[in-house]
Amino acid sequence: MTDISAQQTGGPQPTSKPEKPASARSAIWAQFRSHKGAVFGLAVLGFLVLAVLIGPWIWHPEKLSVAQAMKVRNQPPSLQFPLGTDQLGRDMLQRMMQAGKVSLAVGFVAMIIAITFGTLIGVLAGYFRRLDGPLMRMTDMFLALPLIPLLLVMVMLFRDDIARTMGPELGAFSLIVFAIGITSWMQAARIVRGEVLALKEREYVLAARSIGAAPHRIILRHILPNVVSPVMVAATLGVAEAIITESVLSFLGLGFPPDFPTWGRLLFDGLQYMQLYPERVIWPGLAISLTVLSVNYIGDGLRDALDPRIRGR
Amino acid sequence: MLDAPAHPGRTRTDTARPLVQVRDLKMYFPIYSGVLRRRSGDVKAVDGVSFDILSGETLGLVGESGCGKSTVGRALLRLYDPTAGSVTIDGEDIATLSPGALRRKRPTMQMVFQDPQASLNPRMPLSDLIGEPLIEHTDWNAERRLARIYELMDAVGLNRRFANRFPYEFSGGQRQRIGIARALALNPKFIVCDEPIAALDVSIQAQVVNLLEDLQDRFGLTYLFISHDLSMVRHIADRVAVMYLGRIAELSPRDALYSRPLHPYAEALLSAVPEPDPNVAATRTRIILKGDVPSPANPPKGCNFNTRCPRAFDRCRVEKPDLVEVEPGRLVACHLYSPDTRHAGSTGSPEAAIQARPEHFQQGAPK
Repeated sequence: MTDISAQQTGGPQPTSKPEKPASARSAIWAQFRSHKGAVFGLAVLGFLVLAVLIGPWIWHPEKLSVAQAMKVRNQPPSLQFPLGTDQLGRDMLQRMMQAGKVSLAVGFVAMIIAITFGTLIGVLAGYFRRLDGPLMRMTDMFLALPLIPLLLVMVMLFRDDIARTMGPELGAFSLIVFAIGITSWMQAARIVRGEVLALKEREYVLAARSIGAAPHRIILRHILPNVVSPVMVAATLGVAEAIITESVLSFLGLGFPPDFPTWGRLLFDGLQYMQLYPERVIWPGLAISLTVLSVNYIGDGLRDALDPRIRGR
Repeated sequence: MLDAPAHPGRTRTDTARPLVQVRDLKMYFPIYSGVLRRRSGDVKAVDGVSFDILSGETLGLVGESGCGKSTVGRALLRLYDPTAGSVTIDGEDIATLSPGALRRKRPTMQMVFQDPQASLNPRMPLSDLIGEPLIEHTDWNAERRLARIYELMDAVGLNRRFANRFPYEFSGGQRQRIGIARALALNPKFIVCDEPIAALDVSIQAQVVNLLEDLQDRFGLTYLFISHDLSMVRHIADRVAVMYLGRIAELSPRDALYSRPLHPYAEALLSAVPEPDPNVAATRTRIILKGDVPSPANPPKGCNFNTRCPRAFDRCRVEKPDLVEVEPGRLVACHLYSPDTRHAGSTGSPEAAIQARPEHFQQGAPK
């Protein structure tokens, strides 16, 4: 009886060393780069992130006294105030940058919480038949809860306690992020469960079971990579939704403290003056739209890049 | 193989002990119906199947679509939990092993799937696909795994440069080679080939079957070869089991079965094999069975085949025939061959019964 190894040692090894099977990451990047929208989205999002992170170091207008500020209220865009000033004479550009930091952080962190939780629930419900009923009824229950009253109750009950332990800003941030995350995972869970139900009947999952793969391995290796597309779509929409939910909360006075700007807050502040000074609404609205759009395009490109069938084309 | 246990003398001719023993295997799938989803019955996909597979041999399993061939293969590897019966592979009863013990047992028994497109994860490159069993069952480092992956690729005839490619980049035959390499990765003793050639072009079927035979000779593998391609089974199998509606109708050595099938169903099935010689073909009677296969949820009383059998008599409609040895090495489940029928009948021997057959086969026969 001949062994495979015996076959091997007999013949000379091939002279050209075969490429190491590790170039997946560069292939993904190459495909991502070929998606024009994704690259554009990445550039816009990168610009926004850089602007809110290092912008405040570059653009720091001198602090005006109350009397000075009163004189420069409601200024249109000028060299001194590139985006104009608000009704209290504060520089809009500076406020936009401060607000963007919070809004982007809320959007992404809340989205990550929602997607992680939703995917976890979805995979467990889809893969383990016994968990399906309880988990999906829980999802239904969350879907049936009216979102805004729930958020109001949560914020009202816990805001002071959290603010005391973590400080007012971080406290408000973590509470809002948690509240948004915990109330927006249901769509992701539903989508993922449906996909998993279909995927687990595929023959390659059976093949993995036939070689003795443990359930967590099957989920990580065969199920999760194949639910990436719907999850990516849910995630990109989630960012937009989180930013907007945060602005709704701020508008209702339950989000961040009033002197703490976010894009949503600026939008609602400007709403009263919209007919007189439309740019006050346009700037935060534009920033939110650009973020959502760029994230959508990045998600689109990422989904294509992660699929070897599309990548090969 | 890197750390393969040596199997000296395990060749096709060494048929001393059975590697796989299946006893009264039953696989029922429950049917739920009504508003309350109550269990109202079972689909008896496999209903009491017993056979042995000797070490180093190939047992062909043939039958028409839906007769439970694939279910037998999957239940054998406990991809389904059998309803009843035992499956002893290499001394251990698979049907009752605990999940942990079953996992440790998996390397000795592997499967090649029917559709190589569906059985390979489209998001994994070839090296990961073949390496998956190694990750599951060995603690080798990446380098050693890669060496083994290359060995396996050589063994099944895949170019080493393909290691980075994804399943969609391969042809059907190449994909099936990947499937075979995966099955071989852990040095199994027993491989269930579940219609490995059904999804392939005819020109590629021969390649894959020859590869399977070649690998069997080199590594002393034992196959259960499930197929509905009778001529391919004739080519590769040592013994052939003919299944009908969840039961084995006949289990015979290949040559004996193909030259003189005993069970009426086996006879009808084999008469459907195209005959290449036109002179012979002209003299052959093609047995065309009437009616449909009964539903496995509600199999007929008595012999499964009695509703379509051209030679059924009263006893067939009340009593299920057992699979008994009627000639050395030939097992048939048919009352025509049971001792009491034989003695009672005037013909006296099954051969005579067969010779008397044409009058029963008028329907559908062209000549």
